[in-house]
Amino acid sequence: MIGNLDYSTLQHLWWLLCSVVGALFLFLNFVQGGQSLLWQVAKTGLEKDLVINSLGRKWELTFTTLVLFGGALFASFPKFYSTSFGGAYWVWILILFTFIVQAVSYEFRKKPSNLLGSSVYELFLFINGSVGILLIGAAVGTFFTGSNFELSSYNMVTWTNPLRGLEAAFSLFNLSMGLFLVFNARTLGAMYLVNDIDFSATPDMENRLRKACMVNFICSLPFLGYVLVSLLLMDGYGIVDDRGTIAMVSRKYLANLLANPWLIGLLAAGLVLVILGVFITAKSRSRAGIWFGGLGTVLVGLAVLLLPAYNNTAFYPSKADLQSSLTIFNASSSQFTLTTMTYVALTIPLVLAYVAYVWWAMNRTRLSAEELSDETY
Amino acid sequence: MIENFDLTMVNWARAQFALTAMYHWIFVPLTLGITWIIAFYHTIYVRTGSNEWKNLTKFWMKLFGINFAIGVATGIIMEFEFGTNWSNYSWMVGDIFGAPLAIEGIIAFFLEATFFAVMFFGWNRVSKGFHLFSSWMVALGSNLSAVWILVANAWMQHPVGQAFNPDTARFEMKDFADVVFNPVAVSKFTHTTSSSMLLASLFIISISSWFILKGRHIQMARRSIAVAAVFGLLASGFTAFTGDEAAFENARHQPMKLAAFEGLYKGEYGAGLVAAGLINPTKQPGDQQEAFSFEIRIPGLLSLLANRSPGSFVPGIEDFVYGNDEHGIMGAGEKIKKGRMALANLDAYKTAKEAGDEAAAWEALAAFNENRDFIGYGFLERPEDTVPPVALSFYAFHIMVILGSLFTLVCILYLFFSIKGTLVRQRWLLGLGTTMFFLAMVASQAGWIVAEVGRQPWAIQNMLPVGVATSNLTAGTVQTTFFMFLALFTLLLIAEIGIMAKQISIGPEED
Ligand code: HDD
Ligand code: HEM
Ligand code: HEM
Repeated sequence: MIGNLDYSTLQHLWWLLCSVVGALFLFLNFVQGGQSLLWQVAKTGLEKDLVINSLGRKWELTFTTLVLFGGALFASFPKFYSTSFGGAYWVWILILFTFIVQAVSYEFRKKPSNLLGSSVYELFLFINGSVGILLIGAAVGTFFTGSNFELSSYNMVTWTNPLRGLEAAFSLFNLSMGLFLVFNARTLGAMYLVNDIDFSATPDMENRLRKACMVNFICSLPFLGYVLVSLLLMDGYGIVDDRGTIAMVSRKYLANLLANPWLIGLLAAGLVLVILGVFITAKSRSRAGIWFGGLGTVLVGLAVLLLPAYNNTAFYPSKADLQSSLTIFNASSSQFTLTTMTYVALTIPLVLAYVAYVWWAMNRTRLSAEELSDETY
Repeated sequence: MIENFDLTMVNWARAQFALTAMYHWIFVPLTLGITWIIAFYHTIYVRTGSNEWKNLTKFWMKLFGINFAIGVATGIIMEFEFGTNWSNYSWMVGDIFGAPLAIEGIIAFFLEATFFAVMFFGWNRVSKGFHLFSSWMVALGSNLSAVWILVANAWMQHPVGQAFNPDTARFEMKDFADVVFNPVAVSKFTHTTSSSMLLASLFIISISSWFILKGRHIQMARRSIAVAAVFGLLASGFTAFTGDEAAFENARHQPMKLAAFEGLYKGEYGAGLVAAGLINPTKQPGDQQEAFSFEIRIPGLLSLLANRSPGSFVPGIEDFVYGNDEHGIMGAGEKIKKGRMALANLDAYKTAKEAGDEAAAWEALAAFNENRDFIGYGFLERPEDTVPPVALSFYAFHIMVILGSLFTLVCILYLFFSIKGTLVRQRWLLGLGTTMFFLAMVASQAGWIVAEVGRQPWAIQNMLPVGVATSNLTAGTVQTTFFMFLALFTLLLIAEIGIMAKQISIGPEED
């Protein structure tokens, strides 16, 4: 079956798989959102410990999803991997830095003789949750706004802006995308903490979290609105003939939506689910908001990542040299490699299954103050 | 033409890769080995229900957790560094090299990350059986990640299952099974995991010996040692065996590396293995100087190691640089000529294709195909460029082997006195034992220096030299990130050592 898939189908399939991983990452950013909420919602030492320990049982999952996102792109779209990472050097290096400091902070924060002191590790977590996510959002924005690179006939990348990728953060569209992701992560973070923590010892924190969920959602709306309206109005980078020539096409992303109405469906369903999650969390005593918010984020993320790649569009456009732009057709691995990787991808459902099982087994009881005296970061 | 990059920048990029890889490797081998031992302790606890074994398991688990966090932090850099600093490499070989990295993520890292949380926080949340299962899954996951990353690394040493595609001007995968079952991957995996098991055993021996010397936690220290000495002895035997296998593979696929780490300039029949020696620092290939200013040789042993036959011929560095007709070895100079022709024909092919001149394209392609196997050599300037740094390879290799023999001896002694029951009185041995972990670290790092420095100047053996594998960055940029990583990793390492030392001095819980 898989052996018979044609090249174009495989290229579409692998962009879809990478997008699913990316969208799951955006959902799992509730960890980063929770980190950036720490000082705001946790006022006492015990409250802080509860928040950190609750997130600390999940941070690895988010981190590993990011690693897999990188690996999957490397295997399936190596030209994107080489062009973007080697070209937009500084953005990626800074993003990586925020993840290095995150990885050690959970384990080191409360341990005696930790050199820097708890508050520095808490600052690290905050930086990861704010700057890290903002820059990732800006990088996603460049899928639509384009970057400054040229490829030689041997596909070596030259970046034409001395900021090497950081310039992305100075576009209003990219910045809005970034800030939207930051506030969305915070919204999800509040939902997750409401879901996981047993507040019997800290009732005030529950109220603060439920309120933070609504406040951050409202903060995210103007940025989301700006992004969505811009998407409908902006010109995009389309493939205009059989030889793969790239040209500016007016209202390209609107056209992509109209050509694939199911993308509109994903976007709409996702937004409705997020709104539902917010109201459930902020206006009722239910803990289930995260499931709606999470699924909603995955759907929106999926739509946003598919929009610039499907329907003959360049997903990594170059402003400096249109013909250097990357499409899923010119940036992918060979048909042989994509086929091989598709067989490997058959294991993904198994992975998802055990991740889900472990999640269920570990989250059956809520994290309580008593438990912290026993197993703790 | 594929251009050559600024050499200063290339060297900074190499330094940066070496720095980040060696930091990653401070934490990884301990994880690879200790996860199995912890799972083993955990099993004894579940079987016996004894609280002492539980405390012992928890103690080693805590040290592992501290180590793991920083191992992960350094790992993410490695993953993306191929793109940021070696982007031409990523494009030229991504079709093959990317696959194991992605598979590592899907199959190994998720297993590790998911069950890690259960292992640490599952004591009261899941059933005893599932908790134990999680400990084993963490061990399995980490070692599976070693499988895939070593498949990737082995492919750089011995690029099988691929072909150059002149249309895309990159290397493409032709046979996945060849890539996975690469003989170099098999020897690398077995040697790396067994040496890491040895290292982890020595970690436990070092700390437990320190406890005994301080007169603390004697019971738990003796139990830990009893298990670790058995694991360590088995692992050290296996390490020596698989290390020999690695050298044998080197002789097949990277004979220049073998010659460099033995300091063998002129090929010999019945070549001897240098047991100890001092390299003459001014020696250059082709001059008349002696290679060593002092050496002790064991006759015939190198031939035995390389070819499984003590009288056989082992070629030396100069044979590869200048050629040796008698043994049918083509010199690097001739390979460079052929490589340059291949590159020129590739250019002609591309130009003709773009111009739509099919006949000319076909002709250029045929000419290219004649020399395609030498394409990597076309980027080199001089035949001597094919020689890796000899002194560094030589010392690294010999330090590793000498320490390996010492470790075997130490494990035997620990086992002997454990069985006799007089270990606590052997204070000289316990004193020696406390240093073993640091020496194991040195041996392990030295092994990678042999493997990676010995591969120079190639990023992909015979196919892609490091000079054309990098990203188009300035030396200043790479220098800046080099120092950023150096500062951050060093800071975190100091913090880690402080935390680790504190946790060790607190010791396990006792009830
Ligand atoms: C505790 C660590 C340790 C010890 C005691 C040894 N090794 Fe080792 N060695 C490694 C740790 C290591 C390593 C870090 O795991 C390496 C680096 C790359 C690899 O595949 O394994 C390695 C590489 C390596 C290589 C290079 C492989 C390549 O180029 O791909 C050779 C030839 C040997 N080893 C041979 C030996 C021999 C003959 C030993 C005799 C006892 C030995 N090693 C002990
Ligand atoms: C974690 C253990 C490892 C250590 C300690 C290590 C060490 C080193 C060192 C010392 C160098 C510099 C060599 C030189 O430039 O002279 C290097 C280079 C490099 N290594 Fe490794 N290495 C490790 C694993 C790997 C693996 C698993 C891969 C690939 C999957 C890899 C790929 C590379 C690349 C691409 C370079 C840069 C190009 C080059 O200089 O050859 N390394 N490594
Ligand atoms: C140069 C190539 C390498 C790359 C790209 C790389 C990548 C990574 C990444 C991304 C992580 C974090 C995974 C997570 O999110 O959980 C990691 C951790 C890990 N890596 Fe590497 N790695 C390299 C070299 C190696 C080698 C040579 C080995 C083993 C032989 C290894 C074994 C491990 C293990 C066991 C971990 C778990 C964390 C730990 O305890 O250190 N890695 N690596």
